[in-house]
Amino acid sequence: MIAEAGLAALWLAASLSLMQLAFGAFALRQGGESLLGTVRPVAAAQAVLVAISFACLVLLFLRTDLSVALVAANSHSAKPWLYKFAGAWGNHEGSMLLWVTVLAVAGGAVALFERKLEQRTLIATLAAQAAIALGFYAFLLFASNPFERLNPAPAQGQGLNPLLQDPGLAFHPPTLYFGYVGISIAFSFAVGALVTRDVGAAFARAMRPWVLAAWIFLTLGITAGSYWAYYELGWGGWWFWDPVENASLMPWLAATALLHSVTVLATRDSLRAWTVMLAVVAFSMSMVGTFLVRSGILTSVHAFAVDPERGFFILILLTLYIGGALALFALRVGTVREGATFEPVSREGALVANNLLLSAILGIVLVGTLYPLGVEAVTGEKLSVGPPYFNSAAGPLALAMVAIMAAGPLIRWRRDKARDVLARIAVPVLLSAVMLFALVLLAPGVGILPLAGLVLAFGVGAASVAPLWKRNLRRTPLFTWGMVIAHLGIAVSLVGMASESAFTKETLVAVAPGQTAEVGPYRIRFDKVDPIAGPNWTAIEATLTARRGDGKPFTLHPQARMFSSPPTETSEADITTVLDGQLYTVLGKPDEQGRWQLRLWWKPFVTLIWFGGILIALGGLLSLVGRVRRERRVKLEEAYA
Amino acid sequence: MKRRLVLWVPLALFFVFAVTVAVSLYAPTDRTIRSRMIGKPVPQFVLPAAVPGRPGLESRDLAAGQPRIVNVFASWCLPCITEAPQLLALKELDLPIDAIAIRDRPEDIAAFLAKWGDPYQRIGSDKDSRVQMAFGSSGVPETFVVDGAGIIRYQHIGEIRPEHMAEIVQAYEAAR
Repeated sequence: MIAEAGLAALWLAASLSLMQLAFGAFALRQGGESLLGTVRPVAAAQAVLVAISFACLVLLFLRTDLSVALVAANSHSAKPWLYKFAGAWGNHEGSMLLWVTVLAVAGGAVALFERKLEQRTLIATLAAQAAIALGFYAFLLFASNPFERLNPAPAQGQGLNPLLQDPGLAFHPPTLYFGYVGISIAFSFAVGALVTRDVGAAFARAMRPWVLAAWIFLTLGITAGSYWAYYELGWGGWWFWDPVENASLMPWLAATALLHSVTVLATRDSLRAWTVMLAVVAFSMSMVGTFLVRSGILTSVHAFAVDPERGFFILILLTLYIGGALALFALRVGTVREGATFEPVSREGALVANNLLLSAILGIVLVGTLYPLGVEAVTGEKLSVGPPYFNSAAGPLALAMVAIMAAGPLIRWRRDKARDVLARIAVPVLLSAVMLFALVLLAPGVGILPLAGLVLAFGVGAASVAPLWKRNLRRTPLFTWGMVIAHLGIAVSLVGMASESAFTKETLVAVAPGQTAEVGPYRIRFDKVDPIAGPNWTAIEATLTARRGDGKPFTLHPQARMFSSPPTETSEADITTVLDGQLYTVLGKPDEQGRWQLRLWWKPFVTLIWFGGILIALGGLLSLVGRVRRERRVKLEEAYA
Repeated sequence: MKRRLVLWVPLALFFVFAVTVAVSLYAPTDRTIRSRMIGKPVPQFVLPAAVPGRPGLESRDLAAGQPRIVNVFASWCLPCITEAPQLLALKELDLPIDAIAIRDRPEDIAAFLAKWGDPYQRIGSDKDSRVQMAFGSSGVPETFVVDGAGIIRYQHIGEIRPEHMAEIVQAYEAAR
């Protein structure tokens, strides 16, 4: 019954989204104004229905109802409840349903709460939102029904991909989806504004909270995804330029550019066409990302749905939405007036430079991700573009961008004097120079990119907090704090990345019980291996005793885990975090002489990478709260005026 | 006018992308992960009987002069149900099929064979997937063709569907 109820709710939601699109289109035509008021309630009802449908799917997974094909293929009664819960979206159909649920709920929220946008633009936005949702409903209902029954029902399910059995990953996809979907709202806003030719400061102010919220989720999603790959895959690296990772990085880059240009549009009514273009590009990137991951067209460690038919369906949706939006952009943007002008040396100028560099990095990542596809289509040859390409092409641009980011907040809006700007950034520049001197002296042989990274990071750190200098901290607006903390987060992450790449020590040894190995400042004794069992896995667990200098010894337990359904081996690294870095241990295979392979890393300050990511997201959150609170206050003041 | 043309560039680029991707979506590509064991002898192993009254499986059985099919399966595996009719058809063609049962219990295997048919001559019980991994197999079901000298000649990943039958029979004939 639950499965049928969920399917019924999904059909109803789909028909409501069709209604929302039709009513919206009529309302925008001459004489259709009587329909203006009906679009909002329809959008809200659609949100409720799809939420019910998703709740049904979660319930089926929690009860492990094996008569539903999706549950049988992805769940197992012996699984801990958290993973039964996460199993609902840890698969193709479920994750698509989650996607459309978040999309519709966000659309409902726009319908109910958005008050800043002109009525007609809001209706156009909701119609665009319905058009996007409609494609996904069609995809779910015709190509990948999550509620399909299975006859006969098997006695036991197959289980979730064991790599996905991890609390971090249970919540990683939803986080990214909130980000993707938030961007889809920005896209709908852009389409709505193009339709009604209403691109201006008010439009930017309405769009900004959505972009900010989406960007916060994307930032958290990428940070969590990176940490997950780092500790779960047992490779000891934190970023692999894997197509699936790139799929989340590209929308983030576009959203970061959009976030900054939307701020220019909101405060200075400038960069109108550019902002609209970025909204279209950001959404295109999240769609292209979904497509690349879902179609299995690129082989990747985490792609989990390989199916050309479904890939083709998404490709058609992609062509309709992105092609349509780009065509609308080309037709309409000429009629959008460019707005206020500014001098090259100004806050706007710095933001434009930052936007161009972000777009260039985005281009590099996109080309690197798609190049193998293009080559294969033309010559039939399989190849992959490795980290060297990405690091050497994107690295210098990223560093240049970070340098501009340091100066940006210290430049005035509209126009400024180059000499004044130089005076303001003198202290950070001086600090960078000292750092450079110290590093060259104390740590010779550090590669050029990590060296530049470390030097810049200290300058940026100092420059980020400079806007707070000589200010009354308690009266500084929350969004200024947000900017400061987000920029500081970039500096912190950069220290982590550069330090990890410059100073990591690695040891690979084969050891018998009782023998020791060394890595960085640690001595590690290999004590023994034991078999152990978990709820749905068995493992070989090593016991290691590590000691730093004369410090207190402590034990580590890296495991090699075997899951029964589906049968898979995973390696559970054991990681000890200390103030100045992490000791990372992985148990490998045994050899004939009874020795075990052991992989050890000492990674100084590596945790700063993710700590920085959290700071960046926190900065975004403070900005969002600050903006929303200010809007409220302004509204209250207007009400009492 | 020039400015107008520039505005269409993103759309043009996007269509180049869409066409490229559409081509590679339908290009016949080989996405399976081949075992590195093809062309190599089967690993040394001895597996106990998985069900009472049926011999277990060891590497010696697979080098007894006659090519054999080795099916990796489990009673808890859904695709194994899908491929059961095909395995029975192979048995009808007089191809000898042995099995490696992964992480399974005797009573579950017996129930599975009673319900979905029993094509196997020998069934070895691989409790912790060790032999499976030694074969270079990464999931269930998988099917190998081993020649009379115990060399692995062919690997089929995933369930055997009707359209795969010709290829498997051909691989078996080639292993003679």
